Amino acid sequence: MPSGTPANTLPLAPLVLLFAGAVLTIAPHALWLPWWVDGVAGGLLVWRFWLAVRGGALPARWLLALVTAVAAVGVYLSYRTIMGRDAGVTLIVLLLSLKLLESRSRRDIFIAAFLVYFVALAGFFYSQSMQTAGWMLVTVLINTAALVGFSAPARPIADNLNTAGRMLIEAGPVMLLLFFLFPRVQGPLWGLPQDAYSGITGLSDTMSPGSISQLSTSDAIAFRVKFQGAAPPRNRLYWRGPVLSEFDGKTWRAGFPRLNREPLLEVRGAPIDYEVTLEPHNRNWLFTLEMPGRIPPNARETSDYLVLSLPPVRSRIRYEARSYLDYRATAGADARDLALELRLPRDSNPRARALAGEWRQSLGNDTAIVGKGIEFFRASRFEYTLLPPLLGMNSVDEFLFDTKQGFCEHFAASFVFLMRAAGIPARVVTGYQGGDTNPVDDYMVVRQADAHAWAEVWLPQNGWTRVDPTAAAFPIRVESGVAAAARGAAALPLLLRTNIDWLKAMRNNWEALANKWNQWVLGYNPDRQREILSWLGVQQPSWQTMAMMLFWSVAGVLLLIALWLLRGIRHVDPVQGAWLRFCQKLARAGLARDGAEGPLDYAGRLARQLPGRAPAVRAIVQLYVELRYGSRGERHSLARLKQLVRQFKP
Amino acid sequence: MKLDRVLQYSQAYNFYQWVRKRHAPEPGVVFLSQRRVYILPTRPGITFGCVLVLMLVGSINYSLSLGYILTFLLGGMGVVSILHTFRNLAHLYLSAGRVAPVFAGDTAHFELFLESRSDFDRHSLDLRCRGATVSCDVPARRISAVLVPLKAERRGWLQLERITVETRFPLGLMRAWSYVQPDMRALVYPRPDSSSLPMTVPVPDTGEVFSAGAGTDDFAGLRPYQASDSPRHIAWKASARNESLLTKFFAGQAAAELWFDWEQLPPDMNTEARLSRLARWVLLAEEQGLRYGLKLPDSGVPLGGGSAQRDRCLRELALYRVPDVGERHIHA
Repeated sequence: MPSGTPANTLPLAPLVLLFAGAVLTIAPHALWLPWWVDGVAGGLLVWRFWLAVRGGALPARWLLALVTAVAAVGVYLSYRTIMGRDAGVTLIVLLLSLKLLESRSRRDIFIAAFLVYFVALAGFFYSQSMQTAGWMLVTVLINTAALVGFSAPARPIADNLNTAGRMLIEAGPVMLLLFFLFPRVQGPLWGLPQDAYSGITGLSDTMSPGSISQLSTSDAIAFRVKFQGAAPPRNRLYWRGPVLSEFDGKTWRAGFPRLNREPLLEVRGAPIDYEVTLEPHNRNWLFTLEMPGRIPPNARETSDYLVLSLPPVRSRIRYEARSYLDYRATAGADARDLALELRLPRDSNPRARALAGEWRQSLGNDTAIVGKGIEFFRASRFEYTLLPPLLGMNSVDEFLFDTKQGFCEHFAASFVFLMRAAGIPARVVTGYQGGDTNPVDDYMVVRQADAHAWAEVWLPQNGWTRVDPTAAAFPIRVESGVAAAARGAAALPLLLRTNIDWLKAMRNNWEALANKWNQWVLGYNPDRQREILSWLGVQQPSWQTMAMMLFWSVAGVLLLIALWLLRGIRHVDPVQGAWLRFCQKLARAGLARDGAEGPLDYAGRLARQLPGRAPAVRAIVQLYVELRYGSRGERHSLARLKQLVRQFKP
Repeated sequence: MKLDRVLQYSQAYNFYQWVRKRHAPEPGVVFLSQRRVYILPTRPGITFGCVLVLMLVGSINYSLSLGYILTFLLGGMGVVSILHTFRNLAHLYLSAGRVAPVFAGDTAHFELFLESRSDFDRHSLDLRCRGATVSCDVPARRISAVLVPLKAERRGWLQLERITVETRFPLGLMRAWSYVQPDMRALVYPRPDSSSLPMTVPVPDTGEVFSAGAGTDDFAGLRPYQASDSPRHIAWKASARNESLLTKFFAGQAAAELWFDWEQLPPDMNTEARLSRLARWVLLAEEQGLRYGLKLPDSGVPLGGGSAQRDRCLRELALYRVPDVGERHIHA
């Protein structure tokens, strides 16, 4: 390479640590970064490492500038922007590897080390699990040890790691105080880039064949529930999500429900109170058990009983709600509304229409028609599968009469179609069904795999009535969950299918721990901060109060750390200490020792000036000289010296 | 309460005094009390602070709980590093060691002792003196010696300048430093020129030349004191100047003898050139094992040989008309 700067001007040991830190911090990103970025970053690191170990010149600046420019263009081509979150992180990763490649001075090293910290932070965009936290802690430890190494190049790596570890431990109390007391602001401070919440999965406000079965292959947690009392039986756990009223022949979409002014809900039976910790899904809806009687403050309820949060749920939130399992729901049932729930695309699915028309003619009674529909699903030999065949234009006909293989969305959609064709207002409700209680912490866990779709029909005497055609065809789905019911369950994650007890126990323990982590670390938000402060006796603190609390507590902790760190700065030899105390006593009496005066000369002078104390002085001086200059130092002589000095009065 | 007394104990006042170079050299052991250890962030330290602010803003904006934790952990570490850096320097004891004489233009190496009486090791202490930096570690309750180089520009006494003792350990984010000026000076001989020995033929036994000055017929020179020497022969005055006992010796010398005389140099030579020439001659004569003496306008060195004679002659040359003690601030 045409450059004069040798690569090995920097000490090797801390450089190796810095490389290790960089590799550790980039590694979690490598999974999602474009393949060429992994390649380029890895190549640059290996190149620099090779130069550091084998010696040789660093690449010339023009070459680095060229690589930088090419990388920037590459990022633009990959993302069509360089401003978004992912593009930004990609750029920083490339920048870090380039910075390491060109590092020749201590200044460069600092920039590279700070970039490592920054990339570690960026890792939290993608995961904030406990494993990620542990991984990042190791990264920070190694990177900090590299910094220590660069300020003390001759020290062994193990010592530098030790120093870095001690500093991190000492920083721990400060970190905890800041974490709990630093005034929390609910982000974002400004508009986030478009891709900020990409990769968040969950239900959507549309449903087409395949959309829910796809969700079912994920064992990601949708939300956790803590019931005040006992949890209701599994087959009654219908967690209400988006209600879909519009059908275009293929896709079901949400209608335009109004916000519910007065809750039109007659309830019976005991209320069920519970607290939900909802994972972010970047939508507004909050899942509640059917039907919600009391909703969280700050939330709204639509006329189709969907609870909405005003901002989209972009971070894990907690809310409390009350539901009633027995109810008569009559909202959204004006003639106008009901007309909307009857609309069907013209000329589609003729066989289903014919069947529904037949039911209408032969039965006449709405309740009887609904019963007939349920009976139809129960009697027909449907197959419940995660991998249904693709359907064509008349999807309902093909499913009901030809393929007969489907997932809950097929069942719900075709049931609603049949009801509407028979003149009964009906709609599709999506959400989750079921949930597993973790015996370790008694939290019920509802996963994406529990996503479900069912139907709701309008019966004048009952109001909106839930009908679950999937449950009619496959009761086991609502009794035991999707894994037990579905064919093609091999596509489900292992832990959803397994019956091995110890594996389940392990998962339960792990998820309970993860839940604690979520509740206390990740879910620590302005609300929880207020909770903690009021528990500490501070009600509604102003930001000034918060700042003062923070300042004084951090100052106190730092004082303790300082005392701990400086405790050995003045090493006092106990013999010398006793001797100094003796001299101080005499100095106060006006008989200070002259700087150049040896202990024996001093003793002689004291004996002349304080004849009455001569024996005591002689004893002390003799002991001191013996202990300090003599060959034998004995414990009891030291104790004796201390005692003599203590008793001595000039 | 006397305000000026309070002021004198303040760190800012101390710092001001040092920056204004108002400090006199400190004899004995210099103790770096906390009052004279200053600490400020380095440039990377300031950058680190900015990075932390960026990380905090990012954490708030994206509601990253772990981002808060990482930011606060690093922030706490930065604050703790202030204490570590401070403790790495404070309560250090510095004392002056030895310094060998050098020729003008060469570099004098001042030996300094750094003593830690603390229970922990100290790392990467840098001593900077006029652009040169030396680094050393001081283990717990140990003394480390370090040589501080200082270029000797002119002959005479070279007073050790103000030394900045500093450290950036452990993270390099903070710099703690202190100023010390140990009372230490190096003797700087005149730079020898490149002439050869004078063409004067060595004259055997020139006792009569010396008798005019000293009035002692047999006196031949001085040599280091040996245990068997008679006390009557000890050259007390010369010893006092030389810092070690010297004995007059009276034995006749068979070796060649040379007198280097200021007056015999060409009249157009200036003082420094003459001193350089004489220094050169002393070195050459010593190299060849000759006996030689030195005559300067104000003083002289009687005939003699050996390294003691050389050092004595060079010392006379170095200190020729140099104002001595009391006016030590040669470079101030």
